[in-house]
Amino acid sequence: MKAQGFVHTFGDNVDTDVIYPGQYLNIPDPKAMAAHAMEGIDPGFVKRVNKGDIMVVGQNFGCGSSREHAPLALKEAGIDCVIAKTFARIFYRNAINIGLAILECEEAVDGISAGDSVSIDFDTGLITNETKGETYQSEPFPEFIKDIINKNGLMNSLK
Amino acid sequence: MGMTMTQKILAAHAGLESVKAGQLIMANLDLVLGNDITTPVAVNEMEKAGFDGVFDKSKIALVMDHFVPNKDLKAAQNCKQCRTFARKFDIDHYYDVGDMGIEHALLPEKGLVAAGECIIGADSHTCTYGALGAFSTGIGSTDMAAGMATGQCWFKVPEAIKFYVTGELGEDVCGKDVILHIIGQIGVDGALYKSMEFSGPGLKNLSIDDRFTIANMAIEAGAKNGIFAVDEITTEYMKGRVDREYTIYEADEDAEYVQTIEVNLSEIKPTVAFPHLPENTRTIDEVGDVKIDQVVIGSCTNGRMSDMEAAYNILKGKKVHKDVRCIVIPATQAIYMECLKKGYLEAFIEAGCVVSTPTCGPCLGGYMGILAEGERCISTTNRNFVGRMGHVTSEVYLSNPAVAAASAITGKISSPKEVK
Repeated sequence: MKAQGFVHTFGDNVDTDVIYPGQYLNIPDPKAMAAHAMEGIDPGFVKRVNKGDIMVVGQNFGCGSSREHAPLALKEAGIDCVIAKTFARIFYRNAINIGLAILECEEAVDGISAGDSVSIDFDTGLITNETKGETYQSEPFPEFIKDIINKNGLMNSLK
Repeated sequence: MGMTMTQKILAAHAGLESVKAGQLIMANLDLVLGNDITTPVAVNEMEKAGFDGVFDKSKIALVMDHFVPNKDLKAAQNCKQCRTFARKFDIDHYYDVGDMGIEHALLPEKGLVAAGECIIGADSHTCTYGALGAFSTGIGSTDMAAGMATGQCWFKVPEAIKFYVTGELGEDVCGKDVILHIIGQIGVDGALYKSMEFSGPGLKNLSIDDRFTIANMAIEAGAKNGIFAVDEITTEYMKGRVDREYTIYEADEDAEYVQTIEVNLSEIKPTVAFPHLPENTRTIDEVGDVKIDQVVIGSCTNGRMSDMEAAYNILKGKKVHKDVRCIVIPATQAIYMECLKKGYLEAFIEAGCVVSTPTCGPCLGGYMGILAEGERCISTTNRNFVGRMGHVTSEVYLSNPAVAAASAITGKISSPKEVK
């Protein structure tokens, strides 16, 4: 499994209230959620993002609420992978469970800038910054989690 | 190497003799919880994956509490979907308008959670039940769907931080100040992926409500769970509520902790978290002049009887400042009724507060107290993120109920001492 796209960057402690504001939690359809992705911190995000883009963020990304609306909105908005220094734990498992690829790699977050073109090999955990000609090695997932991701989410893996 | 309290509960629920930090396990669940905003997404996931049944109808709790009584058409549709699902599978613990309350106050009150149990809930504050010595953690809708279908959930066994509690709380200080103090010290990711285990001689000076508040906000330090050693205060609370066998787990003497932090309750002052993170704490004497537009007293963090009592003791016979809207929300119908019988509701209304039926509404900017551009609110809730309670330029300050009530009277963030 691979991903390749352009990068959008955000800082530390980006919480689920800014990723997906509480007033839209009455929307149960993921496609409709996408219109409000990152609205609390960057209202222009949805217009700028293209299918296959990658987010590069700081520490504790997705802290706060357990709302799965947050990773669902990002996935439906077109984000293929989020690379963070660290993820908040509920966002981490939600992303895996719904099939949104995520990686923890401090070196990559420090090296990558907004607008860079980046490709990712999920089998090896290698992240390549095509714009700057750099590579960063992230820890690949354990087999158990890889299996959930490869089957495109937890529910599919239970079938 | 010995195990922490959390590790022992997880091992027992995974059918293993022992587990160690970092190990991936599949655990059997004693309860799966969902609310009116997370359950519809879970139900859709279950149906999409072709599951047509639940693992145990007596081990699922569905609580309509976030946007009820239905705040709008979409909320009405969501609740209807939950109701239909609950009826179809004859879910034992379905709570709707009339008997519902804020989930994390309601479940302990009804005896649905107990020491030693393994509980997941599609709501981040599910960690509240650690107050009773349970392993209890927030998850998302897909985990809830899988949990309802299979009765299991995957976990990475967490490391733990030990909080060794000593001393006793001073006047106008409660569990809220303890947890804000801790988050101020270790930060919003200070316990990321870890357990926060509370033990020590000071526990005997923490009421069960204080413990609920502390465990409730473990997530605001990034923790997987917060958990308290079980003592007489815990078993006394469960008596008459929990009618099934439960197991009390104790951490091994040689359990491994990545860190031990001493918390001396005697040194903690009323504490306020400034925008826009719960770690931005200041003690009440460091607050300065902060005018406010709204006060919210309630939520899964501070909507219990002792919180209502703290607010009542400040507000009785006083008047809410003319520039302030003060919203009081008892967390469950039982708490509401007790407030009614004790005359608290009358005192709140005479003071100029509005009293609402149980709802999470304002805490997450849902309804019942949305903030306009630039407005400030002091709230006994749990998060003060950008836009949490309304407009992106509004501000939320977190405090205990006594500070919030005192601030309602003065119109600025105030110590309870100022109004006594």
